[in-house]
Amino acid sequence: MKDILKHRLIWPVVALIALIAINTATRPTFLSVTVRDGQLYGSLIDILRNSAPLMLVALGMTLVIATRGIDLSVGAIMAVSGAVALTIIDASATPNSPATVAVAIAAAILVSLVLGTWNGFLVSVLGIQPIIATLVLMLAGRGIALLITGGFITTVNSDPYKFMAQGYIAGFPFAFYVSVFAVAVVALVERRTALGMLTEAVGINPKASRLAGVRSRGIIWGAYIASGALSGMAGILYSSNIMAADANASGLFIELYAILAVVLGGTALTGGKFSIAGTVIGVLTIQTLISTITFLGVPPPVSPVFMATAVIIVVLLQSSRVHNAARAFVGLFRARGEPPARNDTANGAGTATDAGAQSLGDTPERDDTKVAR
Amino acid sequence: MTRLETPRNARRGPSGSFGAFMSRRSSLMPTFTALAILLLLLGGAHAYFGNFVTPSNLSALLLDNAYLLILAVGVTLVILTGGIDLSVGSVMAFTGILCAKLLSDGVPPIIVVPVMIAGGALIGLLLGVLVQYFDVQPFIATLAGLFLARGLAFVVSQSSMRVEDPAILWLQSERFRLGDWYITPTGIMALLVVAIGVFVTQWTRFGRTIYAIGGSEQSARLMGLNVARTKVLVYLISGVCGGLAGLTLTAYSGAGYPLNGVGTELDTIAAVVIGGTLLTGGTGYVMGSMIGVLVFGTIKSVISFMGAEQSWTRIIIGTLLLLFIVVQRVIVARSERGH
Repeated sequence: MKDILKHRLIWPVVALIALIAINTATRPTFLSVTVRDGQLYGSLIDILRNSAPLMLVALGMTLVIATRGIDLSVGAIMAVSGAVALTIIDASATPNSPATVAVAIAAAILVSLVLGTWNGFLVSVLGIQPIIATLVLMLAGRGIALLITGGFITTVNSDPYKFMAQGYIAGFPFAFYVSVFAVAVVALVERRTALGMLTEAVGINPKASRLAGVRSRGIIWGAYIASGALSGMAGILYSSNIMAADANASGLFIELYAILAVVLGGTALTGGKFSIAGTVIGVLTIQTLISTITFLGVPPPVSPVFMATAVIIVVLLQSSRVHNAARAFVGLFRARGEPPARNDTANGAGTATDAGAQSLGDTPERDDTKVAR
Repeated sequence: MTRLETPRNARRGPSGSFGAFMSRRSSLMPTFTALAILLLLLGGAHAYFGNFVTPSNLSALLLDNAYLLILAVGVTLVILTGGIDLSVGSVMAFTGILCAKLLSDGVPPIIVVPVMIAGGALIGLLLGVLVQYFDVQPFIATLAGLFLARGLAFVVSQSSMRVEDPAILWLQSERFRLGDWYITPTGIMALLVVAIGVFVTQWTRFGRTIYAIGGSEQSARLMGLNVARTKVLVYLISGVCGGLAGLTLTAYSGAGYPLNGVGTELDTIAAVVIGGTLLTGGTGYVMGSMIGVLVFGTIKSVISFMGAEQSWTRIIIGTLLLLFIVVQRVIVARSERGH
């Protein structure tokens, strides 16, 4: 029991389960999944399907954040990728042929790769702060997407493209397979090879990892490239869902949701240790929250208030001040019944690691500009 | 007091040699670059269009960007401490729609304006407390602020609301003229905010503490400076600026709209960075941010003069931003080598 409580994914999982429980209590149909025409329907399936773009973006974001970076340009890359794909399909004579769609998707991913490479170049080679380096593309990217679509919202009719987000295979939505595939690939590459460990090393201490012989430049660069490619894929799913390339709305605020998902999943913004499973849970939590808010009849524009409240609660739960207060509070009760000595050491150890994590995050942040150079 | 005197003496001393001046005040370099680019832009546009640099055009530049200028002052202070404020655009939208709503409910402007500013200040205070006392990263805390204020704006009203109060509209419609030059009360307000910002950062204890925190928070604390109060205050001031900008924008557009200022936080940060403030904190000038805002505004009006698509604004601003951060990287790298 104690081991379970100490697992670092315990709080994200508890939050998700609590959210699902609330949903089930308020609408009994929430958990039910029905089969119609060989396809599964239900709130849970919707959540799996709608979370796919966020899942892809958040996966990339996890890798970038693990290297102590941040990628603000993901939404803009989504917009560019959707614009590229739909413009190609729109211009082609055979929008319904799978070959056209394959070319469009390949071109969109390629462009996203280039944009990711550009971000990585600014951060890892020029040593520019990640927030600013990716802000450049965040500002310019939507402008580029608008230029590609000529300022219009490009709409197309293409069945194979529509299949990307709206099709079903063996009962499950195709978008769900895409996100599972992406999670599996990232998890395998990061956790079954040394790459994940090296990424964490770069994130925990760039200087020390470089002295230890880790090629931090390539690892950081790779994280941004991966983030770009995954965002490009997310852009394709998004535009396929509405069958339109909307340069202004595509991926709007998704960088914020993705960062939130990563933080919810227990990966610290200060870099280092990251959890892919945590990110998956974070994404599902956010999507469930969005679904709950919609169900409760809250107008969608007001939903940011709930998001903000969720963020504030999460960051407060993670802050050491609240931890200490909670410990003091619990200690007050325990001191009466149990022998105090054992508890004190346990509490003390917990506080120490926490303080350590905090100061680790605090101080080296500033010298990352120097180190990256 | 001695601490304040030294830079001024240093500035006067080597005034004979520009090189020596620049080497001592290398942090001014990016701001001068911004100024040069602004003059280049204005000169180029004038040569191209023939009638760009006119008193009425330049007056309109200030008028159109008054809200951005006010926001930029607040954000500059936050960035100088090494933080960041993503919430300003949403706070502006929230206070703006709050203003329109209260006015339409018949509340007199004399109450509405303080309420708006208090609303902005309250959000700023919340963010400051989160950052300082709960160790939340500024990025995340102000991100929550962005969501919160945007949502609150929609709670107040989901659609655009017209403002018909003569006192608020007067802020925009009144023109104090001097020949062909004119300035509106909102423009005066923006310039006043800049003036206060310059004074506070350069000549007060609070301002010097901001620079000290940006340079090294640890050292500032060890020097006995009041780090906690200063950090909370800069976010609060940024919130107040958000409230003032909301007032300016509402007067400017004659309406409150909950979707106002989406992406303004990026424009503001871009303007501040173009103006020569380093995002790592500790280096930069409020005056530079004003130049940055003017560069931004000039690009916008050049593009509308050319009749080109406004999407180019973002692309050009992005490119300029890139240029500036590369210049700043070089400067920082050079000054580090010097030490």
